[in-house]
Amino acid sequence: MIRSDVKLDTLGYFCPMPIIMTSKKIKELTLGQVLEVVSDDEGIKKDMPAWCETTGHEMVGLEEESKDDSRIYKAFVKKSK
Amino acid sequence: MGPTKLEPATTLAELQESKPDRVTIVVLSGDFDRVMAAFIIATGAAAMGMQVTMFFTFWGLNVIRREGATSGAKDLLRRMFGFLNKGGAGRLPLSRFHFGGLGTSMMKRVMNQNRMPGIAELRETAQDLGVKFIACTTTMGLMGVTKDTLIEGVDQLAGVSTYLAEARQGSVNLFI
Repeated sequence: MIRSDVKLDTLGYFCPMPIIMTSKKIKELTLGQVLEVVSDDEGIKKDMPAWCETTGHEMVGLEEESKDDSRIYKAFVKKSK
Repeated sequence: MGPTKLEPATTLAELQESKPDRVTIVVLSGDFDRVMAAFIIATGAAAMGMQVTMFFTFWGLNVIRREGATSGAKDLLRRMFGFLNKGGAGRLPLSRFHFGGLGTSMMKRVMNQNRMPGIAELRETAQDLGVKFIACTTTMGLMGVTKDTLIEGVDQLAGVSTYLAEARQGSVNLFI
């Protein structure tokens, strides 16, 4: 279980919305805080690490869980710049 | 004089800071699906901190024209053409399965049900994220598209040199 400071719900949104919402939300955090992005778009598993690598934030981890019939992904991003 | 010595770590960081990746996208198509792909790439790139410029030309100009805009040209031919080729992000047809509008409206309904943003929303998001819009003057003239029929926030009216000046610095240059 990874601890987060701020949570961002992107459930129901497809690419590129989770990434766009993340890039907006991360601006509200202070350095070192962890943002938890909740998504049901499987693409986020690859997209969030790629976004982090390009923007210079740290991908802390990814959690996956089943909810009803669908999978929920939680990406943890530490604001690093 | 030899090359100046710099701390490698800071140079790279500073370089990335001062020179973000550049992306240019030429939007020639006015097809709903192609334009959607263009905007998804543009907004995605902008969200990744890249500097994005979109050049709209030919049918792509319809994307940045006001809804239902016709030609403001004086001559009959271009006015007729403008009447047939009305502008607006809401009017773009699918490249396949348009079926006189039926296929496209079905696609839009499915997208809506799935909370997917349409062309107009994606365009607005792109502008929010600082994506630069440039309209090609040559095709504007050819197709009778006048400046006053374009949407707010088109940054420049320009030609091929402007495109190339940007594209030569681009690490991702797409033609859609």
